Amino acid sequence: MTQNQENLLIAVASGKGGTGKTTFATNLAWTLSGDSDRVIYMDCDVEEPNGHLFLNPEWSAAREVKVGIPIVDQDRCIHCGKCGRICRFNAIADLGTRVMTFHDLCHSCGGCMLVCPVQAITEQWNPIGMIRRGHSGALSVIQGELNIGHPTSPPVIREVKAEASGTGIRIIDCPPGTSCPVMESVKGSDFVLLVTESTPFGLFDLRMMVEMLGLLKLKLGVAINRKGLGDRSVYQFCEQRQIPVLMELEDDRKIAEAYSRGELAVVSFPHLKERFRKLMQAVLKRIRT
Amino acid sequence: MKEIVIISGKGGTGKTSLVASFAALAEAPVIVDCDVDASDLHLIMDPVTLKSEEFKGGKLARVRTGHCTACGKCEEVCRYDAVFFDGPGNGRVSRTFRIDPAACEGCGVCHWFCDYQAIAFEERIGGRWFISDTRHGPMLHALMSPGAENSGKLVSLLRMKAKELAKAKNREVILIDGSPGIGCPVIASITGADHVVIVTEPTPSGVHDFRRAADLAAFFHITACTVVNKWDLNRELTELIKEEADHRGIVFAGTIAYDNIVTEAQLSKKSIVEYTQGGIARQVRDIWTRLGQTMTRNQP
Ligand code: SF4
Ligand code: SF4
Repeated sequence: MTQNQENLLIAVASGKGGTGKTTFATNLAWTLSGDSDRVIYMDCDVEEPNGHLFLNPEWSAAREVKVGIPIVDQDRCIHCGKCGRICRFNAIADLGTRVMTFHDLCHSCGGCMLVCPVQAITEQWNPIGMIRRGHSGALSVIQGELNIGHPTSPPVIREVKAEASGTGIRIIDCPPGTSCPVMESVKGSDFVLLVTESTPFGLFDLRMMVEMLGLLKLKLGVAINRKGLGDRSVYQFCEQRQIPVLMELEDDRKIAEAYSRGELAVVSFPHLKERFRKLMQAVLKRIRT
Repeated sequence: MKEIVIISGKGGTGKTSLVASFAALAEAPVIVDCDVDASDLHLIMDPVTLKSEEFKGGKLARVRTGHCTACGKCEEVCRYDAVFFDGPGNGRVSRTFRIDPAACEGCGVCHWFCDYQAIAFEERIGGRWFISDTRHGPMLHALMSPGAENSGKLVSLLRMKAKELAKAKNREVILIDGSPGIGCPVIASITGADHVVIVTEPTPSGVHDFRRAADLAAFFHITACTVVNKWDLNRELTELIKEEADHRGIVFAGTIAYDNIVTEAQLSKKSIVEYTQGGIARQVRDIWTRLGQTMTRNQP
């Protein structure tokens, strides 16, 4: 075992789901946890947190994630209308006789509370999701889960990241896509590993992702899942953009079947561990240069 | 007019390929790609754009460095840790505040409370949306700017435009490629729709996501049916999904076998039913037929 004092944050992401993002994140985290102390797998795909299905962690702690939403004391209100004007999300409106709130639309910015001249608005803390902490062997697992029917995941993602702060190697399983939840997840990471398939869909989604990460100026590399499927377009794209392809995993029905049984690839096929170790070395090299 | 939304908890379950096949099988559909985060449907539909418009992605705050007095109000009121005290000096103060656009939520509270009008609050481009023509009918789709917010609003906009178009052209079916997940874009994709088709896989994630998607459909009172793709990867889990669907009153609309022909079809820009006749194309046709029966049965 090598002692690890390092503080590394590596995000595993993909433009769309189902490209093997969770496979790479869980297998990488699991492999590393056999080699180093303090490895944390963080499931930031809070709309569909799936990592636990493969890691089977034993949960040791759980807490709710809450966001503040406004509660209006109608008797105090003088109907100045300011709360409705400051709210960018149409989540509060002064109707003249009553102030209405729409909690689903609220982004918890706190603006209405600050602006109310008579302190008629107070904050109520409503649960929108859960954070769970546990471990699977030597691997620490932190998971966020958004409640059904609640539209906005970034507050839950922020809490997962806060829960995992500290030292160690932290692997983030990001939500799919290129919009706000993904930005929230990759923010502050030392490296982003983009998982894709070399197919027309894979290429299009990868391109969107690379553009987004370009805006954030993060270091990145690509891992290709189901190698052998599709065409060469993703490889050509990576070459053009000078993005390193750091690992390839073959299109193998056996791996897919093991996955369908909820097995980690590196557990069913231990020889794959070496490949994930190499992947980590390649990532480290890129971070340090 | 009927809105059918095809969703999957996670992506990559063959949802988009299935939508493309339904587009080929449906009589006079309007096609909508609401998976605005991974808008891949156009890669098969090969749309010819007739109209393209900008989509406003909400506002962002920006410090007008010249006006900043470094009073710190913006940092005090911001709840998203988007304000940093590391902007350049401006003659009056040696350091100014700066807002990280990636962290800014667009709430405008700093803009409201700044005593020196030092915070600009400007509309940003969220992306573009298009009305196009395809071999199967008109299509609505969009391209989000990377990292843009408000994808839920964009989804609602696309659906609204699709309804207008369907009405104008007398088309009966609107086929929607829905967003993955259970958050704001997918909620925008399914609210008020007539029918949700949940595409899933017989894997632990697939089962988990199927449950969450089914809960979501139930939460919004939309009738749902389900399709298991790559069903032969794990027969027991396929069986489990079927049983759960029955239990929840969700119609089990059929299965599709594990077959790399899906990727071959994608490479030749065709839907499965256009690319091949036998095998999984037949399975897809059966699913479409069953869907039609379910919907007529659910007619009010
Ligand atoms: S907290 Fe912000 S988003 Fe929520 S109602 Fe008040 S002003 Fe609107
Ligand atoms: S800001 Fe306060 S006083 Fe004014 S309308 Fe809103 S709740 Fe009433």
